[in-house]
Amino acid sequence: MNTPTPQQPGIFFGLLAIARRDLLLAWKRPGDVLNPLFFFAMVCTLFPLAVGPSVEQLTFSGPGVLWVAALLATLLSLNTLFMSDHEDGSLDQLLVSPQPLPVLALGKTIAHWLISGLPLVLISPLLAMTYHMPSAVMGVLMLTLLLGTICLSLLGSIGAALTVGLHRGTALLSLLILPLAMPVLLLGANTVSLAAGNEVYATGIWALGAYAIASLSLAPYATAAALRISNE
Amino acid sequence: MWKFFHKLASPPHFYRLAATLIPWFAVPGLVFIGYGAYAGLFVVSPDYQQGDAFRIIYVHVPSAYLSMMAYVMMAVGGGIGLIWRLKLAHAVGAAAAPLGAAFTFLALVTGSIWGRPMWGTWWEWGDPRLTSELILLFLYFGYMALRSSIDDTAKADKASAVLALVGVVNVVIVHFSVEWWSSLHQGQTVFKKGTMDADMRIPLFAMLIGFTLLFGAMLARRIRTEVLFRERRTRWVREMILSPEGDK
Amino acid sequence: MDALLMGNYGPYVWSCFALTLIVIVFSEWRSRVRHSRVYRDIEVRIKALEERQ
Repeated sequence: MNTPTPQQPGIFFGLLAIARRDLLLAWKRPGDVLNPLFFFAMVCTLFPLAVGPSVEQLTFSGPGVLWVAALLATLLSLNTLFMSDHEDGSLDQLLVSPQPLPVLALGKTIAHWLISGLPLVLISPLLAMTYHMPSAVMGVLMLTLLLGTICLSLLGSIGAALTVGLHRGTALLSLLILPLAMPVLLLGANTVSLAAGNEVYATGIWALGAYAIASLSLAPYATAAALRISNE
Repeated sequence: MWKFFHKLASPPHFYRLAATLIPWFAVPGLVFIGYGAYAGLFVVSPDYQQGDAFRIIYVHVPSAYLSMMAYVMMAVGGGIGLIWRLKLAHAVGAAAAPLGAAFTFLALVTGSIWGRPMWGTWWEWGDPRLTSELILLFLYFGYMALRSSIDDTAKADKASAVLALVGVVNVVIVHFSVEWWSSLHQGQTVFKKGTMDADMRIPLFAMLIGFTLLFGAMLARRIRTEVLFRERRTRWVREMILSPEGDK
Repeated sequence: MDALLMGNYGPYVWSCFALTLIVIVFSEWRSRVRHSRVYRDIEVRIKALEERQ
């Protein structure tokens, strides 16, 4: 007699399931969404306070400052990516799940980006306005931030996986990810600067897009490997 | 032939072999460096554009080269350690990191000192090589920080191997992205390593060879220490220490 | 003198060479110190174990 084999849920299902789970969890903790947002906004206000409100200076430095602020906010939020799962033991469950670990890692990262990256993108025009950024440039800013925060979340997940559960993991996480994040920052901020100067900026967008696609396809594997190593 | 490599991967064999090989690397290395430094400093005539300042190239380029070579060794060692689970490969990575960081530091500082008379500034954010080299230094720090924060050696080995491999990709990307950015701003001073006269080039090659040999010797010594520490509870270490010579 | 001054560039060039020398020597010295310390520690422990037997 043949016992019918149960249908294994496909990886797409697994991806959605874990993303939905993380989103539901975040829903119960609005701090996860709000903290990076507030941090982003605060850093954006720190700069004019420190350097002075000269319109010329702000317009000039706007793209860079906004981008650095977004980078820092994302870095700070990455700490929580695997932390709660590690603490309550669900990470171990994920490790033995029949779903491929890269898929699960990707699902968590996507959820994390929706929670902390996307809001930054959406609120950026508001902050950009305080930097006297023309609306055409704002569009470019949002696009670069969109692609850039995706890259940052993906790259950051590798660092988060490597440092999960480590003493003083946050500081180490930032140290590990910053070098990886620098090309993204470079591309993003300078593309916006080019747009602000009315120069051709399309190459930067393409490059960011390529970077995002590359991270999307490769980072989950590195994250999965790092998760296995950290949790042996 | 394979037997040689197989033996080489065994810690006790490497430990002893390295002890005999180190002088064979160090002495020729020092000779090459001695010649290269002497020729570079006193014999080669000054560059028509940069005057005598260009002589810094004779320490700057070897340092920069080694800074990158050490990182590649770290990454390759980590990769081999991960795939074939060779403890020695991981030891190579651990030993190479501080050395690589030191040479990266040297490359940055000598480059900066060189830049002062040439460009008038101690630092130039627009130069792609400076920025990528600085990021390389951060990568080394990250690697060493990660290693030291994980207590279990095997875990630390594997985690830092993953980091090194991810970082290798990053080194390539950073270099290209910064170069692209710098070429966008046409007015930047790009240090041209253009064509060199033969008599300028020869001491440079000598320095490169010498530095590489010396690096090999220094690395081998550090790997020996690393191996000794990791294997401190094994029988071969115990027998070696109890036997009359011991071996430095 | 000429070699020392190098037409005003002297300090730059010599400081670079000196720094390189210092870093290499320092690195090698630290490495040897560390090696002998590791060796000594292991030796002490093993000899102590031997005594006990």
